[in-house]
Amino acid sequence: MLKISNLQAKIGEKEILKGLNLEVKAGEVHAIMGPNGAGKSTLASVLAGRDTYEVTGGEVDFEGQDLLDLAPEERAALGVFLAFQYPVEIPGVSTTNFLKTAVNEMRKYRGEEAMDAVQFLKMFKEKMKIVNIDQSLLNRSLNEGFSGGEKKRNEIFQMAVLNPKLAILDETDSGLDIDALRIVAEGVNKLKSPDNATIVITHYQRLLDFIVPDFVHVLYKGRIVKSGTKELALELEERGYDWIKEELGETV
Amino acid sequence: MNNTDLKTQLIADFRTAEGRMNGEAKSAVHQVRQQALERFDKLGFPTIRHEEWKYSNVKNLVNQAFDFNAVTNFSAKDLEEMPIPNLEGNILYFINGIYNTELSTIVSPMSELQILTFAEAAKTQPALVEQYFNKYSDYQDNAFTALNTAFAQNGVFVHVPDNKVVAQPIILRFISDARTLNVASQPRNLIVVGKRSEVQIAESFRSFGKNASFTNAVTEFVVGEEANVHYYKVQNESDKSYHIGTTSVLQAGKSVFTANTVTANGGFVRNNLNIKIDGEYAEANMFGLYIPNGKQHIDNHTAVDHAKPNSNSNELYKGILKGKSTGVFNGKIFVRQDAQKTNAFQSCKNVLLSEDASMNTKPQLEIWADDVKCSHGTTTGQLNDDALFYMQARGISKDSARALLTLAFAQDVIDKFEIVAIKEYLQALIEEKIYQG
Repeated sequence: MLKISNLQAKIGEKEILKGLNLEVKAGEVHAIMGPNGAGKSTLASVLAGRDTYEVTGGEVDFEGQDLLDLAPEERAALGVFLAFQYPVEIPGVSTTNFLKTAVNEMRKYRGEEAMDAVQFLKMFKEKMKIVNIDQSLLNRSLNEGFSGGEKKRNEIFQMAVLNPKLAILDETDSGLDIDALRIVAEGVNKLKSPDNATIVITHYQRLLDFIVPDFVHVLYKGRIVKSGTKELALELEERGYDWIKEELGETV
Repeated sequence: MNNTDLKTQLIADFRTAEGRMNGEAKSAVHQVRQQALERFDKLGFPTIRHEEWKYSNVKNLVNQAFDFNAVTNFSAKDLEEMPIPNLEGNILYFINGIYNTELSTIVSPMSELQILTFAEAAKTQPALVEQYFNKYSDYQDNAFTALNTAFAQNGVFVHVPDNKVVAQPIILRFISDARTLNVASQPRNLIVVGKRSEVQIAESFRSFGKNASFTNAVTEFVVGEEANVHYYKVQNESDKSYHIGTTSVLQAGKSVFTANTVTANGGFVRNNLNIKIDGEYAEANMFGLYIPNGKQHIDNHTAVDHAKPNSNSNELYKGILKGKSTGVFNGKIFVRQDAQKTNAFQSCKNVLLSEDASMNTKPQLEIWADDVKCSHGTTTGQLNDDALFYMQARGISKDSARALLTLAFAQDVIDKFEIVAIKEYLQALIEEKIYQG
């Protein structure tokens, strides 16, 4: 589904991604871990198309298309979804209106017919159950005054509605207590299918207790330096990152 | 035609009109007109050297010729080209300043309110008009108000007695019919609201046709104790229109006055809103929205004068500027020495959607009392990049995202309109203008 080859990106003059390779197949869950400043969030932003980062080399193939040639909204329409680490507050636009616009713009892009109010109502009701979200929250201005947990739950609700092929969860666990974490993780698990894939970006292993990954990768200094299964995450939790740096021949 | 010529023309017009008067020339109202003309003669049209007109240059206005109070054949059929759907209430039409009886409807019973044209009121109820006329709009330092006062003839006199809740709104539609020539009008409205009464009044300005139009409007409100007045000013004039408008308000104790000024379109617009709070426990609200594009220029000058203690004023103006347009916001707050326990809040927020658009903001606070809460803030910036990316990442195109964010920015001011038909009319106008790109 997704094949990232030798991806390089910088912000200003600072190189952040320095030749990153990663392959994700349908039905898989990949976790990307790594110390602060390794480039985890940069990877998420570059995949979604944020133009503050300049891609200086490499390719990102998503189902036969080069993602890097596409505008963020085109990537979204093809099925790439980024759950933001810091969901943006948008005063004056309700979650429902926002999502209706999003769904219909994507449908238009794909040459599908627009959904009407009745269809939306039915769909929203079904999806609300998945993340246990309240109607009143959806009527409010998007993310405005939401608690940390409400914002993340809202991200997963949006994911449920937009039904992406590839979901990238950027530090979705940050700022969440254990109950909120469980609800968010359950939502993600319910949305899992053999046809879609998930990339979980996280600093801590605790999220991976709930969203169990098939593969775990360590991102360090802009490259994937180690890959393994979920046991690797446990090892990182226990031993930190220093041993990886040592393996790379760095003095700690 | 230069500045002096338009001035000379107007003064000559005044003398001609005066010569045609019989007994009215000696009336008290006409005495005021004469004094105002003398003042206008002395002041002349302002230049940018005048502090109040620093960013709004009327040079192009005074260099054009206009036909004042031009008679036209504007009909109900023409009105179909400028619908405000589902509009109900007391609807009065003024075409080039002249009241049109045929198009107008007055539905409220006489017991609730009295609506007369200004000319009619000056003739039939001179005592009542004299009591209020020109007591609230000071023309000493404003040439346009002086000019309007000198020619005060068109417009309405509205009187709501004490203890009346006027169920139906009053809608004054001023239409400049510029299909055949440059036209000008000078509406003068006087609205007197009795104690404990409630009323909603909207002024809608619209121009029609390819020629230039000039509207020089003055509206005065006298708001009685505990009265509640909602005032709406809606402007949708052409790029070749010039609009200079002054609304002056005198509020008694415990009254509430709320002004909503929305400029959807207009070539050169200057709105003055002056509120004097002359009683305790009163509240003044001032909301505004302006969306210039192209080479349009929109200037809002507001002033609230807290003369007595324990009153509140709230102000929120928002601007969306596109193209090479320019905007001005000047907000004055005076808190006099006696006006202890005043709360006065002012905010002006602007979004520049193009690099060539510009906005000048100037809050001016003069506070003489020591126990007050006042705040002011102005911001001018671009749309939030994080929000734009967030929306794009959800599949919304950049243009749609910009429009959606811009509309959301404007929405809270639009939502303050309580006359539903006008709110929907504005919503459509503003959406259209925002999506125009």
